[in-house]
Amino acid sequence: MSANTALAEKYRNNFLKEIEEQVEMGDWVKMCMQCGVCSGSCPTNFQSAWEHPPQELFMMIRAGKREEVLTSSSMWNCTSCYNCIVRCPRKLPITHIMHGIAEYAHRLGMAPKMQPTRFFSGLFWKNCTHTGRVNELKLSMGLYFKDGLGAGIKEGMKMKDVAIGLLKAKRLNPFELFGGHKCKDQKGIQAMLKKAYEIERSRKAAKMAG
Amino acid sequence: MAKHEYAFYPGCSSQKGASASNYLTSVESMCKTLDVKLTEIPDWNCCGASIGYAEAGELPRHVMNARNFALSEKNLPGQEIVATCAACWLGARETRERLTHSDTLMADTREALKEAGLTINEMPNIRHMVEVLIEDLGFDEMKKHVVRPLEGVKIAGYVGCQTNRPFGVDGESFENPQYLDKMVEMVGAESIPEYDMKVTCCGGALAFSEPEKAQAQIKDIVESAYDHGAEMIVTPCPLCQANVEIYQGQINQRYGTKFNIPVMYYSQLMVVAYGGSAKDAALNGQVIKARRLEEIAAKPVKR
Ligand code: SF4
Ligand code: SF4
Ligand code: SF4
Ligand code: SF4
Repeated sequence: MSANTALAEKYRNNFLKEIEEQVEMGDWVKMCMQCGVCSGSCPTNFQSAWEHPPQELFMMIRAGKREEVLTSSSMWNCTSCYNCIVRCPRKLPITHIMHGIAEYAHRLGMAPKMQPTRFFSGLFWKNCTHTGRVNELKLSMGLYFKDGLGAGIKEGMKMKDVAIGLLKAKRLNPFELFGGHKCKDQKGIQAMLKKAYEIERSRKAAKMAG
Repeated sequence: MAKHEYAFYPGCSSQKGASASNYLTSVESMCKTLDVKLTEIPDWNCCGASIGYAEAGELPRHVMNARNFALSEKNLPGQEIVATCAACWLGARETRERLTHSDTLMADTREALKEAGLTINEMPNIRHMVEVLIEDLGFDEMKKHVVRPLEGVKIAGYVGCQTNRPFGVDGESFENPQYLDKMVEMVGAESIPEYDMKVTCCGGALAFSEPEKAQAQIKDIVESAYDHGAEMIVTPCPLCQANVEIYQGQINQRYGTKFNIPVMYYSQLMVVAYGGSAKDAALNGQVIKARRLEEIAAKPVKR
């Protein structure tokens, strides 16, 4: 049984409970009073192409729309601007709930595969935990080449002027491709992260069993 | 001994040859003038930034920040941690808050840290550089060192998101923070308190992953600065700085605008006002050159 089927099975008909137990800060969702302030404050809501603002997502969670919520691209468009958090009359940690739902959808393999911000997010974390520090060049190359070589060159060319500007201003270092910035104790970092993942997994599993 | 000493957390973007290396250079000269000593936390690591959330999970993210706290405590005991990057500051503060409020999270964090031979006994204070300037030094002290006021330069203070929300600088409002405008006045330039895009989000990491969305935000931010007669924009955040500066060319292509406005760090303005050279202020690090500041930096100093 896949992780997704197992979880769907366990929380059958209670998506809200699933979110409460499996998503970081998910237990706050029930506190939402649907006032709409967060949606009115959300920058991506001012532009088109964003599916569901936070208020709507929270309503959908209560209505048990599991598939629709977890496959949505909405959470991935959160820019972490914290507008919603400081304005919510119920003090919901909305930004963290958005990231939490996104992480959960990604963990279950339900997040839209080619959603560019999902891709970037995973890439960023790998990039910065690999050596302990971000390698900006490899990070942007990884992003542009996500759809394969041809598309990557096209994407890269679109950003060519931006990159040349940064190079001239000595703010992009071409040598980053061959090493670049890193921490000395990479081994310690890897061991520490491995442990952290282990603990987190066992805590989530305990919740599911309980 | 320096008047003020801190453990310094520069963050990835401020490393040599990275996108905010000009920020770092100018902060170093600024601190020299103000007698502030920053000691880099040895072997610090990236905070993981909020955009890493897909893979990060809760504990691994906090553990990354906690490693820096532990290194700071071990090597620079008793010193507060100062970050120049808004996102680093926010990530570290968030971790501090969560660990302080949850014994389980704290215990789990300690267990993971053990793997790297580290531990935390005391939670450090996490400060942003602008907090240090405003709270520990104060505007009068900052102003005392101005020997070359930026007279007649009109500057829009773009505060952005992450130095402002959810924590913000003490005593400032989320909707209309004033500190950046006060810093502009402090260096002798003209501020624009009515700049209405001062806390609008630039799109953050979406600028890389979904540029059309972020560029729509950035367009509003730059346009409003022009509408208010600004000749440059100033920010306290490396990602804001990069986003608002480097995509202006693409925005021009997309929208037919003619944007070409320099975007500076507060520290660069201060270095020039303190009599520093263009090099001390890292003016060569601008993608859109700040000609007016270069001219001022070439002028003799009034003592
Ligand atoms: S602002 Fe808070 S209470 Fe209002 S809809 Fe959004 S989450 Fe719910
Ligand atoms: S933090 Fe995310 S959800 Fe909240 S207003 Fe900003 S973009 Fe929207
Ligand atoms: S915010 Fe960015 S620059 Fe700062 S530590 Fe995190 S990843 Fe590195
Ligand atoms: S870079 Fe943009 S998203 Fe990040 S803190 Fe600055 S304004 Fe907000």
